[in-house]
Amino acid sequence: MKAAVIVFPGSNCDRDVSVALEHATGHKPAMVWHRDSDLPQVDLIVVPGGFSYGDYLRSGAMAAQSPVMREVVARAKSGTRVLGICNGFQILTEAKLLPGALMRNAGLKFLCRTVDLRVENADSAFTAGYAKDQLIRLPVAHHDGNYFADADTLARIEDNGMVAFRYVTPDGAIDASGNPNGSANAVAGLFNEGRTVLGLMPHPERAAEPLHGNTDGKPLLDGLVEALS
Amino acid sequence: MTTTHQSKEPAVTPELAAEYGLSLEEYQRMLDITQRTPSFTELGIFSVMWSEHCSYKSSRVWLKKLPTKAPHVICGPGENAGVIDIGDGQAAIFKMESHNHPSFIEPYQGAATGVGGILRDVFTMGARPIANMNALRFGSPDHPKTRHLISGVVAGIGGYGNCVGVPTVGGETNFHPSYNGNILVNAMTVGLADTDKIFYSAAAGVGNPVVYVGSKTGRDGIHGATMASTEFTEDSEEKRPTVQVGDPFTEKLLIEACLELMATDAIVAIQDMGAAGLTSSSVEMADKGGLGIELDLDAVPQRETGMSPYEIMLSESQERMLIVLKPGREDLAKAIFDKWELDFAVIGRVTDTGRLVLKMHGETYCDLEVGPLVDRAPVYERPWEPTPPQADIPASEAPLPGPATEVLHRLIGGPDLASRRWIWEQYDSQVGADTVAASGGDAAVVRVHGTNKALAITTDCTPRYCFADPVRGGAQAVAEAWRNLTAVGATPLAITDNMNFGNPQKPRIMGQFAGCIQGMAEACTTLEFPVVSGNVSLYNETNGEGILPTPAIGGVGILPDASLAASVAFKAAGEAILLIGDTVGHVGQSLYLREIHGREAGSPPPVDLAAERRNGDLVRGLIRDRAVTACHDLSDGGLLVAVAEMAMAGRIGADIDLPAGLDAAGFLFGEDQARYLVTATDADAVIERARVASVPVLRLGTTGGTSLTVGGTDAISVDGLRTAHEAWLPAVMAGGADQPTS
Amino acid sequence: MKANVHVTLKRGVLDPQGKAIGHALQSLGFDGVDDVRQGKFIELELAETDQDAARAAVEAMCQKLLANTVIEDYRIDFVG
Repeated sequence: MKAAVIVFPGSNCDRDVSVALEHATGHKPAMVWHRDSDLPQVDLIVVPGGFSYGDYLRSGAMAAQSPVMREVVARAKSGTRVLGICNGFQILTEAKLLPGALMRNAGLKFLCRTVDLRVENADSAFTAGYAKDQLIRLPVAHHDGNYFADADTLARIEDNGMVAFRYVTPDGAIDASGNPNGSANAVAGLFNEGRTVLGLMPHPERAAEPLHGNTDGKPLLDGLVEALS
Repeated sequence: MTTTHQSKEPAVTPELAAEYGLSLEEYQRMLDITQRTPSFTELGIFSVMWSEHCSYKSSRVWLKKLPTKAPHVICGPGENAGVIDIGDGQAAIFKMESHNHPSFIEPYQGAATGVGGILRDVFTMGARPIANMNALRFGSPDHPKTRHLISGVVAGIGGYGNCVGVPTVGGETNFHPSYNGNILVNAMTVGLADTDKIFYSAAAGVGNPVVYVGSKTGRDGIHGATMASTEFTEDSEEKRPTVQVGDPFTEKLLIEACLELMATDAIVAIQDMGAAGLTSSSVEMADKGGLGIELDLDAVPQRETGMSPYEIMLSESQERMLIVLKPGREDLAKAIFDKWELDFAVIGRVTDTGRLVLKMHGETYCDLEVGPLVDRAPVYERPWEPTPPQADIPASEAPLPGPATEVLHRLIGGPDLASRRWIWEQYDSQVGADTVAASGGDAAVVRVHGTNKALAITTDCTPRYCFADPVRGGAQAVAEAWRNLTAVGATPLAITDNMNFGNPQKPRIMGQFAGCIQGMAEACTTLEFPVVSGNVSLYNETNGEGILPTPAIGGVGILPDASLAASVAFKAAGEAILLIGDTVGHVGQSLYLREIHGREAGSPPPVDLAAERRNGDLVRGLIRDRAVTACHDLSDGGLLVAVAEMAMAGRIGADIDLPAGLDAAGFLFGEDQARYLVTATDADAVIERARVASVPVLRLGTTGGTSLTVGGTDAISVDGLRTAHEAWLPAVMAGGADQPTS
Repeated sequence: MKANVHVTLKRGVLDPQGKAIGHALQSLGFDGVDDVRQGKFIELELAETDQDAARAAVEAMCQKLLANTVIEDYRIDFVG
């Protein structure tokens, strides 16, 4: 699997995801600077976490308008897999590759903790490493992770099996206590309709090796390698 | 040796100088140096360079008493940060610095710019910052301002660190009414560099270009250094406009751009613009190089129009650096800063005159000899009086008022020992994907990227001990930092100190300072744990009331293998719990005495540095050999609190025996030093190793079940303890109307 | 010409920041505040002198960047 990681000036998880991809694939991904519009031919494009252009207007708003994102959108439309993590998820919604928006956390504070998730749909290159309904734990660290979409959009998302991961309680229930940021339908990870694009608030690259104390993010990366090689 | 006439500047008089913080004696000293009446811009420069904050005039004679050398010390105090060798051609670079006054006036921006400033001190030297820590002190939890200050400071630290992409991996937060009007916000950064790529600030090479990079200069923060050198009065809050605003996104760009430039051979010297901005950076670079600097202030990138030389020189606008480049490297450097969309301007040259010359609009506003500005800065041997010793309080004076578990429940759910989760969940502790352990343990552990090594980092101080007995308190702060690093298995290497005290012109306060330094020096020497960087914050007083003396210690140690790091959590049922170190049951100045008996009294626990070293060396060896499964140092709250913390972290209970012949309150809640709790599957092996090392060890009990049971009958559920432990801070913070400033 | 752009969350989108401000006002004793909505205020100095052309330009800026129309409404006022 060939991968590229998009680097905005305020990206700060670009190195972390690059290391995790290198561990999974055996070779370094291409790092693509935000002002470049020629993206190498790859199987997977990762839009990493961070603060892209400072996130001063809305998280991801300015990044979504950058030259490199125009190219990412074009590739996504032709079927290249695109994974947006944290700020990357925000950018993908701002770029309209995914429906809805990510608003300020319901608790209004930045939140860094490990959360419980349920795999809702294992039928994709991103989630093939998991089983449907599997319970996993991944770290989140964000200020704007409160997923919002209007009622019609939510219905469409549910009808098309577009929810990849949901926030749950440790025993797998969906309720307010298991939802760290107030997301509609407890959405933690969301596909596009073709399940070729995934936006994810949790950070799989921070749970990818034993020293992280958690390796629940590793099947996501390994599953991608298997599906796209 | 003259300045051309500046018609727009006020005339300098002793009265004007007094307004700018120079005493009559200091004014005269200035005239002796200049041999003429200085210009207004020159007065501003003297005023900030001779402020307490920049000159350390009250503390300098005492700071010299601290040990600063060891074979692994590459650079001690005096540069932007301390540098230690961590093997394999790598260095750890670190420092702690206060932003107390600005954080009280505007908590979000004050704390945020505090983080920004300490990050710059570290990456200026060529290091990529890999971890942030902090040491926070707030007033009484029920003081009307406390909640607002906590929410602003925490949001500010998080807002800056999270965006810059440096994990905030730990710290400490305490409450005491003495901080009601003077909170403490001490921020620490640890960075990583190659030993052959460390950058210093001494200017060199006559004719070399002096370059300004980063953000533009505005009128923000003018005289921040002077503000940090005076006491607060009721109307200090009106000083709000002098507080700077931070831009973490620009800082992130500045880090990347500087590190990219540092990878070339273009830099001769580099210095961040911190307190006193362009003044202190240019003066320090010239002074350290024994050269002069001439600046064209028209060339300084400015955010506002009509700025005077005085304003440009004293602005504390954030995210700026001053660099001396090798000749001909301007284009290469400019291309890098253009790439990161940062300002870049050649604003002057290095000269051989030894003078700081500032020109603007074709006029000379400053022409001062640099050497005397630094060397002849006032140094005061302030009168001091020692703190009178307090009596020892026997444990029998403070009997348990009820079952020990009820006392434990109160302590663990109270201000000093309750969980700080509400705070640390607002910090991204994992960005970088090298965090092995963050808040909640004895020390944070961060892997050295690309290796199996890890750095352990801690911040510590027990101000109530320092107040009761500064010498013991100073030694205890250093010893506790050493112990916390040891408790994760690390070899302690060096410390940075942040000396927070009241008004040094009061002999009683100066006595606290002198005592703490003496205690620290003794501990640093015995534990071979030198001071490599530090910061002093004096005048932490409001309306004549000083804070508790707070010499915050930031300690750094190394683990050869990150996977060896020990943690506090009980790992399994049926393991032996062992107490390492001697217990006599010292209750003076304990949290138990204060919270349960309402007495903040007595002498603090004695610090036996030889025992500290012996016990710690044993424990580190046990951890390295994987002979123990968990480890926790004993500190605030004593033995039973430590057991409870291990039980809550592992969600496993324990049975604890009470030994005969010791007072129960003293045994369970006394705060004797140099002690650790460990768990082991093979207790006999641990006991034998302790015997060989002549270290006292006691088999205390066994892990297991869902309750913590003391002496066979007195039990409390671990879940119940957890609930109380986690509930306190959220309840305080939910209490009312204040909103974070952001 | 100067344009002021006000960006607020759409009616029907929960505004937790607005809610928190309302709660804070209430705790401070300011009664009678039924609802609080908060948003952003953006000032634009425009070279364009023709108001219709300026409006079209600012409208496009709002659609493309200044507001996220999934969750936000905007209002444009011209001053001077």
